[in-house]
Amino acid sequence: MTITMPDGLIVVAKADCPTCRLVEPLLTELAAAGALTVYVQDSTEYAATLPGTLYDQTLEHSWRLGAEFVPTLIRVENGQEVARTHGWHKGDWRAISGLGETLGKTLDEDLPEMRPGCGSKTLEPGIAESLELAFGDVKLQSRQIDISGADDPIEACYERGWSDGMPVVPPTPVRVLRMLKGTARASHEVIGLMPPDLVPCTVEKVAVNAVMAGCKPEYMPVVLAALEAALDEAFGLHGLICTTMFGSPMIMVNGPIARAIGMNSGGNALGQGNRANATIGRALQLIIRNVGGGRPGEIDRATLGNPGKYSFCFAEAEDSDWLPLAQERGIEPGRSAVTLFPGEGVQGIIDQKSRDPESLVRSIALSLRAVDHAKLAMAGDAVLVVSPEHARVFSEAGWSKQRLREELEQLLLAPGKDLIAGAGGIAEGIPERFRDKQVPKFRPGGLLIVRAGGTAGLFSAIIAGWAASGPIGSSPVTREVTL
Amino acid sequence: MNETILLDPTAENAPAQRARLARPDSLQGKVVGLLDISKPRGNVFLDRIEEQLAAMGIVVRRYSKPTFTRPAPTELKQQMAAEVDVLVEGLAD
Repeated sequence: MTITMPDGLIVVAKADCPTCRLVEPLLTELAAAGALTVYVQDSTEYAATLPGTLYDQTLEHSWRLGAEFVPTLIRVENGQEVARTHGWHKGDWRAISGLGETLGKTLDEDLPEMRPGCGSKTLEPGIAESLELAFGDVKLQSRQIDISGADDPIEACYERGWSDGMPVVPPTPVRVLRMLKGTARASHEVIGLMPPDLVPCTVEKVAVNAVMAGCKPEYMPVVLAALEAALDEAFGLHGLICTTMFGSPMIMVNGPIARAIGMNSGGNALGQGNRANATIGRALQLIIRNVGGGRPGEIDRATLGNPGKYSFCFAEAEDSDWLPLAQERGIEPGRSAVTLFPGEGVQGIIDQKSRDPESLVRSIALSLRAVDHAKLAMAGDAVLVVSPEHARVFSEAGWSKQRLREELEQLLLAPGKDLIAGAGGIAEGIPERFRDKQVPKFRPGGLLIVRAGGTAGLFSAIIAGWAASGPIGSSPVTREVTL
Repeated sequence: MNETILLDPTAENAPAQRARLARPDSLQGKVVGLLDISKPRGNVFLDRIEEQLAAMGIVVRRYSKPTFTRPAPTELKQQMAAEVDVLVEGLAD
């Protein structure tokens, strides 16, 4: 923003800064030599005898001048800044003031060569964002809701229906501005039409909901990538929100961003206790609720739901033996990405006896039959989460992830006669026309494998997908995270 | 931090109450569309409605969405809006 600056010298100072006090007597010399404006951030008594002294109580002048330290000395000619220094550097002050070696001649003592200054009040915690909101270019568009009548802002958020049932962080303008610092994208940019209400979702609305979810600004690139992936046509978010079935968007994160923001891919990776895991997944859910209007009991018709609808987000424990999920799905090595999957709950596979891949793969295949229903096939996709101790059984025998998937696919072929409706005395089942066929459990590409979890425990986990998987409903979508 | 001003996290379309179209007094002379959203057995429900409407001498046109998991394609919505006066949709199985 351009401002009109008074020609001559400008000094920005703070009375409680010792270096500002050191230069205070010199200001009389500067004022005598030419035009001088002094902006004082904290007091009416600093340099009070000089005609050009102003108490910068709102800090607007200091903010517009971009002062980071006090004292700051600026020379302005024809409305343009031509020189600046901060702190006390005798040489700089002599040069910029134009007084040369005569500067300080009215003092009894010799001036030191150099004294560092203090931080400008404009940069104190909580103040910088308030100043930017008051005087800056950022204009937040969201409706402002005055809750001054409420005694507790968290309760006010509950009353307005903005919560998933747990407390949300009140989305104040300052918090939202801080959140927007986490992305280079403009606050008014529209990410897409948010189902089920199909309303435009801006980066700012993402930030508001990310604040409420408890995100740090540095999580924003992951939240935005997750939202973009969820809004991909192939993911079918609209139907997933509205279905009576269990699924809801689950976020799997790959690449350096996961470590950079401290995500958990190790012990309890699918559980609670890690801020990034917990709040990134929750932010997406709150966007669905608040922006999209996808609320349970309304258009979210889930019969039972699942606890992942509060939040379901984790990182893959990448190692050199197995190709990370994102790379299997076309992302370059060294890049970060999210993969969205319409996940249900977590079903554990406990196999503490298999020590060779042939036994363990059979064990896992048998457990995978339970996805949707042991007699259903090619309906829901699934994510197989292999813990490090189980993964080691495979990798020590030279089995890649791909090999494991192929072996599972073979083992999961079943005679149609066992799966058709009515077989085994169970009415549920696949159509009669599959009676004489070998039927795969999953559609092609319907089984995803990731490595995650703590280093102790011969367990893996199945996360079943939506029974309407594939083009009919939802396919997993991977999206690169851009900073 | 001042917490008396909060930013609305919603699409801010909550208060806009959309008025419904007036219901026709009679179906006589009207074209009635029946939209199958492609959920199992939706056709059973709609077949019966078609039978009953046809018995009353009302013109019926049938439509179906490619999949129940997504909103109807724009072309389908435009086609139905152009061809019928009233639409009945079978929402779930």
